[in-house]
Amino acid sequence: MKLKTLLTGAALALGLATAGFAEDKTKVGFVYVGPVGDGGWTFTHDQGRKAVEAEFGDKVETVFVENVAEGPDAERVLTQMALDGADLIFTTSFGFGEATINVAKKFPNVKFEHATGYQRADNVSTYSARFYEGRAVQGHIAGSMTESNIIGYIASYPIPEVIRGINSAYIHAKKANPDVEFRIVWVYTWFDPAKEADAAKALIEQGADVILQHTDSTAPHAAAQEAGGVVTFGQASDMSQYAPFPRVSALLDVWAPYYIERTRAVMEGTWESVDTWNGIAEGMVGIGEITDAVPAEVKAEALALKEALRTGEYHAFTGPINKQDGSVWLAEGETANDGDLAGMQFYVEGIVGDIPN
Amino acid sequence: MIRVEKRPQPSQFWSAATPVVAVLATMVAGGLLFAVLGKDPLLAIKTIFWDPLFGEFSFYYRPQLLIKGAPLILIAIGLSLGFRAGIWNIGAEGQYIIGALVGAGIGLAFYPLEAWYIFPLMVLGGAFGGWAWGMIPAVLKVRFGTNEILVSLMLVYVAEQFLASMALGLMRNPDGMGFPGSRNLQQYGSAYNAELIAGSGMHWGVLSAFLAVIFAYILLNRHMLGYHIRLTGEAPRAARFAGVNPARLILFCLGTSGALAGLAGLFEVAGPAGQVTIDFNVGYGFTAIIVAFLGRLHPIGILLAGFLMALTYIGGEIAQSQLGLPAAAIQVFQGMLLFFLLAFDLLTNFRIRLARGEVA
Repeated sequence: MKLKTLLTGAALALGLATAGFAEDKTKVGFVYVGPVGDGGWTFTHDQGRKAVEAEFGDKVETVFVENVAEGPDAERVLTQMALDGADLIFTTSFGFGEATINVAKKFPNVKFEHATGYQRADNVSTYSARFYEGRAVQGHIAGSMTESNIIGYIASYPIPEVIRGINSAYIHAKKANPDVEFRIVWVYTWFDPAKEADAAKALIEQGADVILQHTDSTAPHAAAQEAGGVVTFGQASDMSQYAPFPRVSALLDVWAPYYIERTRAVMEGTWESVDTWNGIAEGMVGIGEITDAVPAEVKAEALALKEALRTGEYHAFTGPINKQDGSVWLAEGETANDGDLAGMQFYVEGIVGDIPN
Repeated sequence: MIRVEKRPQPSQFWSAATPVVAVLATMVAGGLLFAVLGKDPLLAIKTIFWDPLFGEFSFYYRPQLLIKGAPLILIAIGLSLGFRAGIWNIGAEGQYIIGALVGAGIGLAFYPLEAWYIFPLMVLGGAFGGWAWGMIPAVLKVRFGTNEILVSLMLVYVAEQFLASMALGLMRNPDGMGFPGSRNLQQYGSAYNAELIAGSGMHWGVLSAFLAVIFAYILLNRHMLGYHIRLTGEAPRAARFAGVNPARLILFCLGTSGALAGLAGLFEVAGPAGQVTIDFNVGYGFTAIIVAFLGRLHPIGILLAGFLMALTYIGGEIAQSQLGLPAAAIQVFQGMLLFFLLAFDLLTNFRIRLARGEVA
């Protein structure tokens, strides 16, 4: 049995060696949690992959596996890509974190990039986008557009990323319209058209005339269109098939520049493990075209807000902001630090309801 | 004219041959599908069926076959007992989740104590959790005559909500910076279902799957209870005359399949998965239904079917990454397998005759 272990080790080393001789082409792998046709999260990552191919032409080869379950399946897919000689692998879901770290240990010469995670190693970087900046712009438009003063929010899972989005949207909706109320529905999925449609209908029945979503399908748009007079926003991708109404704008994930930059770093041998959190300024977060269904002055305000966020003149979480229980979080003029934002586990003052546990 | 004629007795030959014919037909039809998608069909079939077993990196994939196949086999063995007796547990996925939660919960409760008895306790907890979840439809059926198909299926969704709640609440890793998911049991020696021989893929769950196959074989062929199970499925009236107690049988079949599914969940969460996460369950409980039927509800057949299914998963991933086949094409391919199996099953009970056209 010792011999077998030894042989396995040797074979693995051989695999490593093959992976090390990265011939002339740089091989870049992508592991997706959903289907590339989801029209949202995975779709935008795959746009990034295509941009890498377009940028480097026949100097790169990209491969991807879609619909990968988080856990042992992800670990196997990652190992398989590394064995097949990938030089750089992007794992595009939070739940791939443990698998990424485990496989990275076995393949020290392969570089890994884990989206939305927090665990790094010498050959593992993490990257994410400051979607809350986009949520701020969205919140402003939502607050200005609502007539019933009820905004529905389809939330996926109660994790910091999603809570941050709710808070940012709420703060800016409230600024535009002090009477605004948020109704939040937790659907416990990132992508499930049927559940998302049900959630949208339930919110519309409760009087919401604006629906924000932190889920990836276009089902809420379809539900809004059917109900009539309800405003929606594209999530992750533009979802422009529902423009100009109900979809009046969108929160865009733009991964291409980052993927191109990191691939270039591997090609040039300058890749280093980093933690990236980019926003509107770097172009990782985009605002989809604001349609004419939005009054001109609201559109102008939204674009001004976007510009202020881009230049850094304004931070989306600027005090005074209290927590839901009324305690002070940020004093007048104070801005939130990244540590607080990364682990955000509370609603800001004014949001009704509890974060589910 | 083609006529379909009922056989006086099911054909022994076709009963054994249909799975093989179904696999061959799947390869042909799947090859056509891949060709239509613009891929080399022979290369695709080779990538799916040959490479994981004998390809360049088979030293890595062979152990993975054990890891992927074991939970399928363990669950399918339990399901097959009930299916043989006409008791339909469709909710193994839920029992799998609850088994994992109870087992992992015990492990996490002991953290960071290191002791030899923690893992055995977790195993018992896993089996108990699955058993208890399986007993809900069993008791409701025995007591109130509810339909176990519906109840067990609905309980899957309840279990999923429960899982999400645990991953986000009670079992969330206190050192996880607010992210969902429990501590990683792989980093907790006393609770880790490690490989028994490093690099072999053999963990306690794989061993249990093999044991389950042997026990099921003995039970069905050598034991009175197994005889009752078979008799109830094949001739319910005769079973009643033979003194079979249907309530006891329901409790036994649903309880056992629940316990085995719970064990599979525990071995997975304490081993390859390591963590209680929101999306911990990946459909083993549902795929095991296919495995049970693909294996003709026979223990040895299930063993082979489990590994075949694992092979299509692992080979399918390789084909996705190397050949750019879409995931949906692989799923269609797996679906074909069951479709052809059921289609060719016709030959077991019927014979096809070429007859001269008769006057209508």
